[in-house]
Amino acid sequence: MDVLMLSRLQFAAATMFHYLFVPLTLGLSILVAIMETKYVRTGDKVYLRMTKFWGKMFLINFALGVVTGITLEFQFGTNWSRYSAYVGDIFGSILAIEATAAFFLESTLLGVWIFGWKKLSAKAHATVMWLVAGASSLSAVWILIANSWMQHPVGYVIRNGRAELTDFFAVVTNEFAILMIMHTLAGAYVLSSFFVMGISAYHLLKKTDDEFFTKSFRIALVMGVIFTIFVAVEGDIHGKDVTQKQPAKLAAMESLWETQTHAPVYMFAWPDEENERNVIEIMPIPGLLSLLGHGSFDAEVQGLKDFPKDERPPVLIVSMAFKGMVGIGTLLIFLTLFGLWKRDKLQEYPLYLKIMMFAIPLPYIANELGWVLTEVGRQPWIVYGVMKTSDAVSPILQSQGAISLTAFILIYGLLGAVGFYLIYTAAKKGPEKTEA
Amino acid sequence: MVLQNIWFFLWGLLWAIFFMTDGFVFGMGTMYPFLGKTEEEKRIMINSVGPLWDGNEVWLITAGGVTFAAFPDVYATMFSTLYTPLMLILFALILRGVSFEFRGKVDSPKWKRVWDTTIFIGNFAPALLFGVAFANIFQGIPFDENGIFQGTLITLLNPYGLIGGVVFVLMFIVHGSLWLAIKTQGDLQARAIQTGKRLWPVMVGAIVVCLIASAVFTDLYDNYLANPVLFLILVLAVAGLLGIKVFMGKEAWFKAWGCSCLSIVGVTFFGVAGLFPRLYPSSINADLSLTAHNASSSPLTLKIMLVVVVIFIPIVLAYQTWAYKLFSDKVTEEDLSHEEAY
Repeated sequence: MDVLMLSRLQFAAATMFHYLFVPLTLGLSILVAIMETKYVRTGDKVYLRMTKFWGKMFLINFALGVVTGITLEFQFGTNWSRYSAYVGDIFGSILAIEATAAFFLESTLLGVWIFGWKKLSAKAHATVMWLVAGASSLSAVWILIANSWMQHPVGYVIRNGRAELTDFFAVVTNEFAILMIMHTLAGAYVLSSFFVMGISAYHLLKKTDDEFFTKSFRIALVMGVIFTIFVAVEGDIHGKDVTQKQPAKLAAMESLWETQTHAPVYMFAWPDEENERNVIEIMPIPGLLSLLGHGSFDAEVQGLKDFPKDERPPVLIVSMAFKGMVGIGTLLIFLTLFGLWKRDKLQEYPLYLKIMMFAIPLPYIANELGWVLTEVGRQPWIVYGVMKTSDAVSPILQSQGAISLTAFILIYGLLGAVGFYLIYTAAKKGPEKTEA
Repeated sequence: MVLQNIWFFLWGLLWAIFFMTDGFVFGMGTMYPFLGKTEEEKRIMINSVGPLWDGNEVWLITAGGVTFAAFPDVYATMFSTLYTPLMLILFALILRGVSFEFRGKVDSPKWKRVWDTTIFIGNFAPALLFGVAFANIFQGIPFDENGIFQGTLITLLNPYGLIGGVVFVLMFIVHGSLWLAIKTQGDLQARAIQTGKRLWPVMVGAIVVCLIASAVFTDLYDNYLANPVLFLILVLAVAGLLGIKVFMGKEAWFKAWGCSCLSIVGVTFFGVAGLFPRLYPSSINADLSLTAHNASSSPLTLKIMLVVVVIFIPIVLAYQTWAYKLFSDKVTEEDLSHEEAY
């Protein structure tokens, strides 16, 4: 493998591993803050126990999210130095703002939250958790602004052999960014709600502590209902925007080869990139892609053949990631709606509870697939239409890339196993019976 | 020019603050296997930095981020040429972070032994490698006109680089021992104080060797000779070093720790001021060196970033100071019984 492929794999491994933890940090921090606020408001100890129980899982998860995030920032320098030098003027400044304005607050105050139970008043302590939750979502906003600039660069000129900032306001109000922020945060909130509902379902089945887990389930259910639906509606708008700004990505998502009006969506299609066609096409729904992309059944949609071969993303990966994400998202809507409908008698539906327990991995998969679609779908560009990924890689040795990739896989594999084990044991054990 | 010079100064300042804040955590972790005799002492040591290390580490992210934003060419060249040491630092920091968090989560001696080892590696390795890396930057890195590193990890382990590494490790150990003197009591505190007192002369000796070696291996002094006023930085560093000794004698641990902060900032700035305006000198050809003037971002980016930093860094310092005050008490047995403690 060459340095380019090694660096791509390393970045993919590092981001995807990092993103196993980020969404739960984003959503669970809010849920824990809500629980703690309920405790402050009502004085009901069950909410304090909830705060501590879910807080414990949040902390294990947070630790892994942070340590894996640090390596990401530096990989732009280590593995993508040509990229860093070319776009640092814009991309680098957004990352620096993220650290200064959001990540500092999140990390400093989380320490205060963990160790500050006896040092702060209950109200102040709950406020700290809200600040942590707010700062982590704000941190995501800045990172997504940076990523969106790679997807749809704005507010720059090419000068002195690099991209230079001309309009900061345009960069932070990038329409692509706004849509992506909403989609990503909503996806994270969905994941967090399923995490809490799934673990609660397990305990409701075991009848460990009915009041505790009914309350937990219902708080998460509210978040789940709102954001499973939001993510779908917003995803449709986001899709229309992608159609405009990244037509090759859209064509790859639906493996559409020929430019056509009344473009269909296939329930399932298996692309054959070599021969520029689909070998399997099942259940076409005529005009649906035209409708989804342009809001009208007879609109023309650009096909992959409109793009030179070396400017097309890998069609198979992109289309499968898209179908998987949408499929899971749809399933999750039904699961939360059923929960909403039967919210007062969840225990009478053990099968539903069992399904919810085993549904925990689904939003994780959907979130990861979303990123695969976003990032692989942008290929071969690292900055869409501006810089190719192959021109972005560092002039490092193949051995360096190979050794560090191996080290990443080994260390992350071990950490993942340990982290999963710790969260699993904590979740299974259940909350403390009395509050110390 | 002015903007670029301001950013050069801020770049040095952010690295200095990172060494100052995370330095005592590195020092604590390096002493950890030697000072913590009992399980309780070990936990007290970890919990002495527990509420703060995470926020401290963000100074590294910010120093890195600011290098990326203000001097993208430096960021690109520095991290790709120092690929292997940086990867080692990153892996060490990963281990450190999860060790603190995971160690107490399972009640088994074997489990704890594993994380005890990683706490040591995760703190000692970055302390040493940051020292080696910065000393190498001070004397110049062998990179060519394509930004390609002409050497190996061994190239970096040259005499001057190693002196830098030793200086950093010693400074952080003394810094950490003073922190433990503030945060602990009893036998552990006595051992920490003893370590600090014994290592202080060694550290001063190493710094003196480093200052002399700098005249041999680097041209850091050129700036000083051209602008003798810069020697004030050295005076500051020396005052800090002496202050540590004086306040250690008076058992004023917090003041001694403050002087240690000052000396770390002073020593860092000794190098930074000598480097100016170079950020990343090439030892192959001085014309290839990346400077604040030839490797900076556009004026617009520098301006926007300046506004951001001027607004937010004071805010960050304010709430971090608040957090430090909140957790300024000694760590006691009672603290360890809280289920949130590490």
